[in-house]
Amino acid sequence: MRELDAVDRRIVADLQGGFPLSETPYADAATSLGIGEADLLARLRRLLDDGILTRFGPLLQVERMGGAFVLAALAVPEPRYDTVATLINALPEVAHNYRREHVLNMWFVLATETPAGIGAAIARIESETGLAVHAFPKEREYFVEMKLEARA
Amino acid sequence: MDPVDRALIVATQGGLPLVPRPYDAVGASIGITGAEVRHRLAALLTAGIVRRIGVVPNHYAIGWTANGMTVWDVADEVVDALGGEIGALPFVTHCYRRPRALPAWPYNLFAMVHGGSPDEVRAKAEIIAGRLGAHCRARDILFSSRILKKAGLRI
Repeated sequence: MRELDAVDRRIVADLQGGFPLSETPYADAATSLGIGEADLLARLRRLLDDGILTRFGPLLQVERMGGAFVLAALAVPEPRYDTVATLINALPEVAHNYRREHVLNMWFVLATETPAGIGAAIARIESETGLAVHAFPKEREYFVEMKLEARA
Repeated sequence: MDPVDRALIVATQGGLPLVPRPYDAVGASIGITGAEVRHRLAALLTAGIVRRIGVVPNHYAIGWTANGMTVWDVADEVVDALGGEIGALPFVTHCYRRPRALPAWPYNLFAMVHGGSPDEVRAKAEIIAGRLGAHCRARDILFSSRILKKAGLRI
Protein backbone atom coordinates (compact mmCIF):
# COMPACT_ATOMS: atom_id res chain seq x y z
CA MET A 1 0.00 0.00 0.00
CA ARG A 2 1.52 3.31 -1.01
CA GLU A 3 1.58 6.33 1.27
CA LEU A 4 -1.04 8.92 0.50
CA ASP A 5 -0.08 12.55 0.91
CA ALA A 6 -2.35 15.09 2.57
CA VAL A 7 -3.99 16.11 -0.71
CA ASP A 8 -4.76 12.51 -1.69
CA ARG A 9 -6.31 11.96 1.75
CA ARG A 10 -8.55 14.95 1.27
CA ILE A 11 -9.59 13.74 -2.16
CA VAL A 12 -10.56 10.37 -0.62
CA ALA A 13 -12.40 12.03 2.26
CA ASP A 14 -14.05 15.00 0.57
CA LEU A 15 -14.99 13.62 -2.85
CA GLN A 16 -17.06 10.64 -1.67
CA GLY A 17 -20.20 12.52 -2.54
CA GLY A 18 -21.36 15.85 -3.84
CA PHE A 19 -19.18 15.93 -6.94
CA PRO A 20 -20.27 19.13 -8.73
CA LEU A 21 -22.79 18.95 -11.56
CA SER A 22 -21.22 21.96 -13.23
CA GLU A 23 -19.75 22.31 -16.70
CA THR A 24 -16.20 21.95 -15.36
CA PRO A 25 -16.65 19.89 -12.18
CA TYR A 26 -12.99 18.92 -11.79
CA ALA A 27 -11.94 22.57 -11.87
CA ASP A 28 -14.62 23.40 -9.28
CA ALA A 29 -13.78 20.47 -7.02
CA ALA A 30 -10.07 21.30 -7.35
CA THR A 31 -10.72 24.87 -6.20
CA SER A 32 -12.43 23.55 -3.05
CA LEU A 33 -9.40 21.35 -2.41
CA GLY A 34 -6.99 24.23 -3.04
CA ILE A 35 -5.28 22.56 -6.00
CA GLY A 36 -5.42 22.94 -9.79
CA GLU A 37 -7.69 21.05 -12.18
CA ALA A 38 -4.82 19.23 -13.91
CA ASP A 39 -3.42 18.15 -10.54
CA LEU A 40 -6.80 16.74 -9.44
CA LEU A 41 -7.24 14.84 -12.72
CA ALA A 42 -3.72 13.40 -12.49
CA ARG A 43 -4.23 12.41 -8.84
CA LEU A 44 -7.58 10.73 -9.53
CA ARG A 45 -6.03 8.77 -12.39
CA ARG A 46 -3.17 7.63 -10.17
CA LEU A 47 -5.46 6.73 -7.24
CA LEU A 48 -7.55 4.61 -9.63
CA ASP A 49 -4.50 3.02 -11.28
CA ASP A 50 -3.02 2.15 -7.88
CA GLY A 51 -6.27 0.60 -6.66
CA ILE A 52 -6.71 3.12 -3.83
CA LEU A 53 -10.01 3.99 -5.49
CA THR A 54 -12.07 1.21 -7.03
CA ARG A 55 -14.18 3.66 -9.01
CA PHE A 56 -15.07 7.29 -9.52
CA GLY A 57 -18.53 8.28 -10.65
CA PRO A 58 -22.22 7.75 -9.88
CA LEU A 59 -23.17 5.05 -7.37
CA LEU A 60 -26.46 3.41 -8.17
CA GLN A 61 -29.30 2.31 -5.95
CA VAL A 62 -30.59 -0.57 -8.03
CA GLU A 63 -33.95 -1.04 -6.25
CA ARG A 64 -34.98 2.49 -7.14
CA MET A 65 -34.63 1.56 -10.81
CA GLY A 66 -37.00 -1.37 -10.40
CA GLY A 67 -34.10 -3.75 -10.01
CA ALA A 68 -33.18 -6.02 -7.17
CA PHE A 69 -30.22 -6.40 -4.87
CA VAL A 70 -29.70 -9.45 -2.68
CA LEU A 71 -26.98 -10.59 -0.31
CA ALA A 72 -26.30 -14.30 -0.68
CA ALA A 73 -23.93 -16.83 0.83
CA LEU A 74 -22.47 -20.24 0.04
CA ALA A 75 -20.77 -22.85 2.20
CA VAL A 76 -17.95 -23.78 -0.18
CA PRO A 77 -15.76 -26.82 0.56
CA GLU A 78 -12.15 -25.58 0.88
CA PRO A 79 -10.69 -27.71 -1.95
CA ARG A 80 -13.19 -26.17 -4.36
CA TYR A 81 -12.98 -22.63 -3.04
CA ASP A 82 -10.99 -20.96 -5.83
CA THR A 83 -12.84 -22.77 -8.58
CA VAL A 84 -16.21 -21.70 -7.18
CA ALA A 85 -14.97 -18.12 -6.67
CA THR A 86 -13.93 -17.92 -10.33
CA LEU A 87 -17.32 -19.19 -11.40
CA ILE A 88 -19.27 -16.78 -9.17
CA ASN A 89 -17.10 -13.78 -10.09
CA ALA A 90 -17.64 -14.42 -13.79
CA LEU A 91 -21.37 -13.73 -13.45
CA PRO A 92 -22.21 -10.14 -14.39
CA GLU A 93 -24.98 -10.15 -11.73
CA VAL A 94 -22.34 -10.45 -8.97
CA ALA A 95 -21.48 -6.91 -7.85
CA HIS A 96 -19.04 -7.94 -5.17
CA ASN A 97 -17.89 -11.06 -3.44
CA TYR A 98 -16.02 -11.52 -0.15
CA ARG A 99 -14.48 -14.44 1.61
CA ARG A 100 -15.63 -14.48 5.23
CA GLU A 101 -14.50 -16.78 8.01
CA HIS A 102 -17.58 -18.86 8.81
CA VAL A 103 -19.19 -22.10 7.61
CA LEU A 104 -20.90 -19.79 5.13
CA ASN A 105 -17.56 -18.68 3.70
CA MET A 106 -18.47 -16.90 0.46
CA TRP A 107 -20.71 -13.83 0.61
CA PHE A 108 -21.71 -12.00 -2.53
CA VAL A 109 -24.23 -9.45 -3.69
CA LEU A 110 -26.44 -10.10 -6.68
CA ALA A 111 -27.75 -7.01 -8.45
CA THR A 112 -30.16 -7.41 -11.33
CA GLU A 113 -32.30 -5.11 -13.38
CA THR A 114 -35.49 -7.00 -12.53
CA PRO A 115 -36.50 -8.96 -9.41
CA ALA A 116 -36.90 -12.09 -11.59
CA GLY A 117 -33.21 -11.85 -12.48
CA ILE A 118 -32.25 -12.75 -8.90
CA GLY A 119 -34.03 -16.10 -8.99
CA ALA A 120 -32.49 -16.87 -12.37
CA ALA A 121 -28.99 -16.04 -11.12
CA ILE A 122 -29.46 -18.16 -7.98
CA ALA A 123 -30.73 -21.10 -10.04
CA ARG A 124 -27.74 -20.82 -12.35
CA ILE A 125 -25.27 -20.71 -9.44
CA GLU A 126 -26.89 -23.73 -7.80
CA SER A 127 -26.80 -25.76 -11.00
CA GLU A 128 -23.21 -24.77 -11.87
CA THR A 129 -21.79 -25.32 -8.36
CA GLY A 130 -24.09 -27.96 -6.93
CA LEU A 131 -24.17 -25.84 -3.74
CA ALA A 132 -27.23 -24.38 -2.02
CA VAL A 133 -27.43 -20.57 -2.19
CA HIS A 134 -28.60 -18.92 1.03
CA ALA A 135 -30.31 -15.68 0.06
CA PHE A 136 -30.63 -12.83 2.57
CA PRO A 137 -32.74 -10.16 0.89
CA LYS A 138 -32.94 -6.98 2.91
CA GLU A 139 -36.26 -6.56 4.66
CA ARG A 140 -35.48 -3.14 6.02
CA GLU A 141 -32.59 -0.69 5.57
CA TYR A 142 -31.67 1.21 8.73
CA PHE A 143 -28.56 2.95 7.45
CA VAL A 144 -26.20 2.99 4.47
CA GLU A 145 -23.38 5.48 4.31
CA MET A 146 -20.06 4.10 3.25
CA LYS A 147 -17.82 7.08 3.85
CA LEU A 148 -14.49 6.13 5.33
CA GLU A 149 -11.55 8.51 5.47
CA ALA A 150 -8.00 7.30 4.93
CA ARG A 151 -6.49 6.28 8.27
CA ALA A 152 -3.26 7.89 9.39
CA MET B 1 -37.09 3.29 -16.88
CA ASP B 2 -36.58 6.19 -19.30
CA PRO B 3 -34.32 4.94 -22.13
CA VAL B 4 -32.12 8.04 -22.08
CA ASP B 5 -31.62 7.74 -18.30
CA ARG B 6 -30.75 4.11 -18.80
CA ALA B 7 -28.21 4.96 -21.51
CA LEU B 8 -26.75 7.61 -19.21
CA ILE B 9 -26.36 5.09 -16.37
CA VAL B 10 -24.78 2.52 -18.66
CA ALA B 11 -22.37 5.18 -19.96
CA THR B 12 -21.29 6.32 -16.48
CA GLN B 13 -21.49 3.26 -14.22
CA GLY B 14 -17.90 2.34 -14.97
CA GLY B 15 -16.79 5.84 -13.99
CA LEU B 16 -16.87 9.45 -15.13
CA PRO B 17 -14.33 10.39 -17.81
CA LEU B 18 -11.25 12.11 -16.40
CA VAL B 19 -11.42 15.08 -18.76
CA PRO B 20 -12.14 18.73 -17.93
CA ARG B 21 -15.73 18.59 -19.28
CA PRO B 22 -16.82 15.04 -18.37
CA TYR B 23 -20.56 15.62 -18.76
CA ASP B 24 -20.07 16.93 -22.30
CA ALA B 25 -18.01 13.82 -23.08
CA VAL B 26 -20.68 11.50 -21.68
CA GLY B 27 -23.40 13.39 -23.55
CA ALA B 28 -21.51 13.13 -26.83
CA SER B 29 -21.30 9.35 -26.41
CA ILE B 30 -25.08 8.95 -26.04
CA GLY B 31 -26.29 11.76 -28.27
CA ILE B 32 -27.42 14.41 -25.77
CA THR B 33 -25.88 17.67 -24.58
CA GLY B 34 -23.70 18.02 -21.52
CA ALA B 35 -26.37 20.28 -20.01
CA GLU B 36 -28.94 17.52 -20.36
CA VAL B 37 -26.54 15.02 -18.76
CA ARG B 38 -26.17 17.34 -15.75
CA HIS B 39 -29.90 17.94 -15.53
CA ARG B 40 -30.68 14.22 -15.71
CA LEU B 41 -28.01 13.28 -13.15
CA ALA B 42 -29.45 15.87 -10.76
CA ALA B 43 -32.91 14.32 -11.20
CA LEU B 44 -31.52 10.79 -10.70
CA LEU B 45 -29.87 11.96 -7.46
CA THR B 46 -33.13 13.49 -6.25
CA ALA B 47 -34.98 10.27 -7.08
CA GLY B 48 -32.35 8.24 -5.21
CA ILE B 49 -31.53 6.14 -8.28
CA VAL B 50 -28.04 7.60 -8.05
CA ARG B 51 -27.06 7.47 -4.38
CA ARG B 52 -24.09 9.79 -4.76
CA ILE B 53 -21.43 10.86 -7.26
CA GLY B 54 -17.85 10.61 -6.10
CA VAL B 55 -14.89 8.43 -5.29
CA VAL B 56 -15.27 4.84 -4.10
CA PRO B 57 -12.21 3.97 -2.02
CA ASN B 58 -10.87 0.46 -1.65
CA HIS B 59 -11.20 0.46 2.14
CA TYR B 60 -8.31 -1.98 2.58
CA ALA B 61 -6.01 0.33 0.62
CA ILE B 62 -6.88 3.31 2.83
CA GLY B 63 -6.10 1.50 6.06
CA TRP B 64 -9.45 -0.03 7.03
CA THR B 65 -8.00 -3.51 6.94
CA ALA B 66 -10.53 -5.20 9.21
CA ASN B 67 -14.06 -5.56 7.98
CA GLY B 68 -16.54 -7.36 10.17
CA MET B 69 -20.10 -8.20 9.30
CA THR B 70 -21.61 -8.24 12.78
CA VAL B 71 -24.82 -10.27 12.94
CA TRP B 72 -27.37 -10.41 15.73
CA ASP B 73 -30.48 -12.34 16.65
CA VAL B 74 -32.82 -9.68 17.94
CA ALA B 75 -36.43 -10.22 18.97
CA ASP B 76 -38.78 -9.34 16.11
CA GLU B 77 -40.89 -6.94 18.16
CA VAL B 78 -37.92 -4.67 18.96
CA VAL B 79 -35.60 -5.16 15.97
CA ASP B 80 -36.82 -2.14 14.01
CA ALA B 81 -36.45 0.28 16.91
CA LEU B 82 -33.03 -1.09 17.81
CA GLY B 83 -31.92 -1.34 14.16
CA GLY B 84 -32.43 2.38 13.76
CA GLU B 85 -30.35 3.00 16.86
CA ILE B 86 -27.51 0.69 15.75
CA GLY B 87 -27.52 2.21 12.25
CA ALA B 88 -27.03 5.62 13.83
CA LEU B 89 -23.77 4.58 15.53
CA PRO B 90 -20.94 6.48 13.80
CA PHE B 91 -18.85 3.39 13.01
CA VAL B 92 -21.67 1.39 11.38
CA THR B 93 -21.54 1.81 7.59
CA HIS B 94 -24.48 -0.41 6.61
CA CYS B 95 -27.29 -1.76 8.77
CA TYR B 96 -30.12 -4.00 7.60
CA ARG B 97 -32.79 -6.38 8.79
CA ARG B 98 -32.69 -9.65 6.85
CA PRO B 99 -34.54 -12.98 7.15
CA ARG B 100 -33.17 -15.72 9.38
CA ALA B 101 -32.31 -19.09 7.81
CA LEU B 102 -33.06 -21.44 10.69
CA PRO B 103 -31.63 -23.53 12.13
CA ALA B 104 -28.19 -22.68 10.75
CA TRP B 105 -28.57 -18.93 10.68
CA PRO B 106 -30.52 -17.33 13.54
CA TYR B 107 -29.43 -13.74 12.86
CA ASN B 108 -31.81 -11.05 11.58
CA LEU B 109 -29.85 -7.81 12.16
CA PHE B 110 -26.71 -7.12 10.11
CA ALA B 111 -24.38 -4.21 10.90
CA MET B 112 -21.15 -3.72 8.93
CA VAL B 113 -18.25 -2.43 11.04
CA HIS B 114 -14.82 -1.36 9.77
CA GLY B 115 -11.64 -0.93 11.75
CA GLY B 116 -7.87 -0.86 11.55
CA SER B 117 -7.65 -4.25 13.26
CA PRO B 118 -9.94 -7.15 14.20
CA ASP B 119 -9.74 -6.05 17.84
CA GLU B 120 -11.01 -2.60 16.95
CA VAL B 121 -13.98 -4.22 15.17
CA ARG B 122 -14.59 -6.48 18.20
CA ALA B 123 -14.52 -3.48 20.53
CA LYS B 124 -17.08 -1.69 18.36
CA ALA B 125 -19.23 -4.83 18.31
CA GLU B 126 -19.23 -4.69 22.12
CA ILE B 127 -20.77 -1.23 21.91
CA ILE B 128 -23.51 -2.66 19.70
CA ALA B 129 -23.98 -5.54 22.16
CA GLY B 130 -24.35 -3.01 24.94
CA ARG B 131 -27.10 -1.17 23.05
CA LEU B 132 -28.97 -4.39 22.27
CA GLY B 133 -28.66 -5.69 25.82
CA ALA B 134 -30.96 -8.59 26.67
CA HIS B 135 -32.80 -8.21 23.35
CA CYS B 136 -29.82 -9.91 21.67
CA ARG B 137 -30.10 -13.70 21.90
CA ALA B 138 -27.14 -14.72 19.73
CA ARG B 139 -24.36 -12.95 17.86
CA ASP B 140 -21.36 -13.46 15.61
CA ILE B 141 -18.79 -11.47 13.62
CA LEU B 142 -17.85 -12.63 10.14
CA PHE B 143 -14.51 -11.08 9.23
CA SER B 144 -13.74 -10.66 5.57
CA SER B 145 -10.38 -12.17 4.74
CA ARG B 146 -10.30 -11.61 0.98
CA ILE B 147 -12.05 -9.42 -1.58
CA LEU B 148 -12.91 -11.85 -4.34
CA LYS B 149 -14.66 -9.27 -6.54
CA LYS B 150 -15.61 -5.62 -6.24
CA ALA B 151 -17.15 -4.32 -9.43
CA GLY B 152 -19.86 -2.10 -8.05
CA LEU B 153 -23.44 -2.30 -9.16
CA ARG B 154 -23.96 -2.57 -12.87
CA ILE B 155 -27.01 -2.83 -15.05
